[in-house]
Amino acid sequence: MNPDMTEPVSSPLVSSTFTLDGDEIPYAPGQTVIQAALAAGKYIPHLCYHPEFKPHGSCKLCTVKVNGRPASSCTTAAQDGLNVESETPDIKDKRRTLVQMLLVEGNHFCPSCEKSGNCMLQGLAYDLGVMSPHFPQIFPTRPVDASHPDTLLDFNRCILCELCVRASSEVDHKGVFALSGRGITKHLIVNSESGRLGDTDFAATDKAAEVCPVGVILKKRVGFAVPIGERKYDPVPISVQTVSHTHKKETV
Amino acid sequence: MPVNANSDQVLPALLARHRHNPTRLVQILREAQEALGWLSPQTLGIIAAGIDLPLARVTGVAGFYSFFHTEPRGRYRVLWSDNITDRMLGNQDLMQEMCKSLWLEAGHLSEDGLVSVDTTSCTGMCDQGPAILVNYRAITRMTSQRVAEVCELIRTETPVEQWPADFFNIDNNIQRADILLRSSLPPGDALRAAIARKPGAQSTLDEIKRSNLRGRGGAGFTTGLKWEACRNATGSGATPARYIVCNADEGEPGTFKDRVLLTEQADLVFEGMTVAGYVVGAHKGLIYLRGEYRYLLDHLESVLARRRAEGLLGHNILQQPGFDFDIEIHLGAGAYICGEESALIESLEGKRGVPRNRPPFPVTNGYLDQPTTVNNVETLAAAALIAKHGGDWFRQIGTEKSAGTKILSISGDCARPGIYEYPFGVSIAQVLEDCGATNVQAVQVSGPSGVCVAADDFKRRIGFEDLATAGAFMIFGDKRDMFEVARNFAHFFAHESCGFCTPCRVGTTLLKNCMDKIHAGHGSEYDINEIFKINHLLQAASHCGLGHSACNPMFDTLQKFRPAYERRLKSLAFEPAFSLDDALAQARQMTGRDDAGAHLATSE
Repeated sequence: MNPDMTEPVSSPLVSSTFTLDGDEIPYAPGQTVIQAALAAGKYIPHLCYHPEFKPHGSCKLCTVKVNGRPASSCTTAAQDGLNVESETPDIKDKRRTLVQMLLVEGNHFCPSCEKSGNCMLQGLAYDLGVMSPHFPQIFPTRPVDASHPDTLLDFNRCILCELCVRASSEVDHKGVFALSGRGITKHLIVNSESGRLGDTDFAATDKAAEVCPVGVILKKRVGFAVPIGERKYDPVPISVQTVSHTHKKETV
Repeated sequence: MPVNANSDQVLPALLARHRHNPTRLVQILREAQEALGWLSPQTLGIIAAGIDLPLARVTGVAGFYSFFHTEPRGRYRVLWSDNITDRMLGNQDLMQEMCKSLWLEAGHLSEDGLVSVDTTSCTGMCDQGPAILVNYRAITRMTSQRVAEVCELIRTETPVEQWPADFFNIDNNIQRADILLRSSLPPGDALRAAIARKPGAQSTLDEIKRSNLRGRGGAGFTTGLKWEACRNATGSGATPARYIVCNADEGEPGTFKDRVLLTEQADLVFEGMTVAGYVVGAHKGLIYLRGEYRYLLDHLESVLARRRAEGLLGHNILQQPGFDFDIEIHLGAGAYICGEESALIESLEGKRGVPRNRPPFPVTNGYLDQPTTVNNVETLAAAALIAKHGGDWFRQIGTEKSAGTKILSISGDCARPGIYEYPFGVSIAQVLEDCGATNVQAVQVSGPSGVCVAADDFKRRIGFEDLATAGAFMIFGDKRDMFEVARNFAHFFAHESCGFCTPCRVGTTLLKNCMDKIHAGHGSEYDINEIFKINHLLQAASHCGLGHSACNPMFDTLQKFRPAYERRLKSLAFEPAFSLDDALAQARQMTGRDDAGAHLATSE
């Protein structure tokens, strides 16, 4: 399953609703605002949220206003009568700033990146109308790790969403990935004394190998098999695609 | 830091003492480092295997805390407290002197591997700075002469334990005492009063509620309501329990009142915790003591031991069947964020100190997912007095909305810095008069995350209805540069951001860089607007209070002291942060040249 797909959610048991930008959104007990919104065909931008994992709430792209107060829609439980605002100029502007922050924090060179066109960060940047990184680049030093026979790690693109950390721990039961450092020096590490992926029990078939929303965890020997311009988010914006995919799965 | 100890000898016993329990990881790492000097990959590997966690997880925890070293830092690790008050007392020049004398560069290990010198966030010695930590032991009032003495002791490789004892003297500096600091309550009296109050623990809870005691850590939540919510919550899982946590992670720059309370009134604090345990129905209390106060550990342990011997801790306290309560001390390791209660709980559980998503709140799902009351040191001391004297007694002190007293940690430009305990409602002007401060430009109340109060607002009062504070009170005379104050705080937040959420992780560094750009003379109106823009985002989208308040110092000083910024700005609408000449600095350093030919002709 790709990271941006959303689990279909069965029809709500009770007819509870909240409003999202004026539209009534039904929800099932236990759903969060973003889950209910996606299930109802309304897109809220997100990067660290993944339907198969517990909400994380770190990227803050899914920030909305709930009854006038800012909140992460992935960690806010849906409740009857909530007034949620998402597509306001102010919130969209904040999301653009967050994407710009992620772009200057790492080293993102889209034209030479194998993930270009399949990258959620890039897809979101286009969709939100991010025309430049805006802030001065931070240019961190992040060496790549090519030690594993099947998988390449390019930490330059890491946005610290922890999806690989969560997948490796919760699904693969391996704990291959973890975070170290603090603040702007926070970084992804792997579980070996040498610090190299090749010395861990990571396998290309792991769940952790497929959840990266950006271009950190890459399959070796697959390079530009699909031309840029014909990739996932090239023809249809990420917002439309995520929602239509969810909708398609629901109607099947 | 002895480095001759062998990890094979030290670690098995250490791990066994902590019962191979992964929730004790932070304490295991601290003790391992104290014994071995640093945390080598080999040491981390043995620890990871010993507590059955992936090595990467253990490395990640070690990498989170400033005081844990996964690279050698030398047998002598000197850290200069770098709060603005230390800077005002000349710490930067003294640190340069030290680096020069030891032939090293700040932030790097000396070539012989003997010593490293670096800065650290405020160590809570602001009334007696400039302060340093040598192998995590505090030395205050640094002077040129003391720098020379320290360098000599390092060069001769004298063990820190053999350094002159007076180096390590720390003053309490109590300038004004009130109910807390003047208390002579005999140990056990508050507990006896609580037990005597019929029909039971609820009666003491009622007194706490009646007292209108509110949290002294800054947020000001009503203590009685917190205790009640915890008391009403039920534990879950295999070992249901409730916990009392004392937040002694006094990291807010400019705050040092908990250090003095724990030194002078440790019994009162422990008594407050035990009363809380009695009221809430908890059998275990934990103190999270900031790593900078490591030197207090022996003193606090001895007070705990005495209280156990006196029957004030342990089983059937004061012969009350079933009243079991004991207290354990955990040490932090250099992470301001652990003062946030849910990050503190994560750290107590041996993890990276990252604030949790809330709800649920600690009162229902705290330490080990059990109902947990987290209170500030000062709150707990006050609670002990309320248990003894009753809520009405307490309520008549202070103001209507702010009952009791508040301990202020006063530092900066004044004749008598130190500890001042006032009934709530005291005005800033009164405090300034009492501590001998004249020609004051501004006071930073409650630290960098608090408020900068300018002279025309000195009639404002300390209290929840006006200026709520965790206790810091830093005074800036009229010669001080308020831009430099804000820049120091910007560096602090960038260093202390936990890095969990995007806006705070990246935003605090962008702010820091922006302030440095203005400082370097490359700023423009554009950069001021950027600060406002980042402030807007941090306030709205950050995960916790650190991010919400990280821009306060810039925002406040821009509102009140804008000329301090403007005189640094170039008049252009935009100035690049990049300077061609600066880009050659590394080449100049490598070639040892600094003559005119090694510089580009600048356009000045």
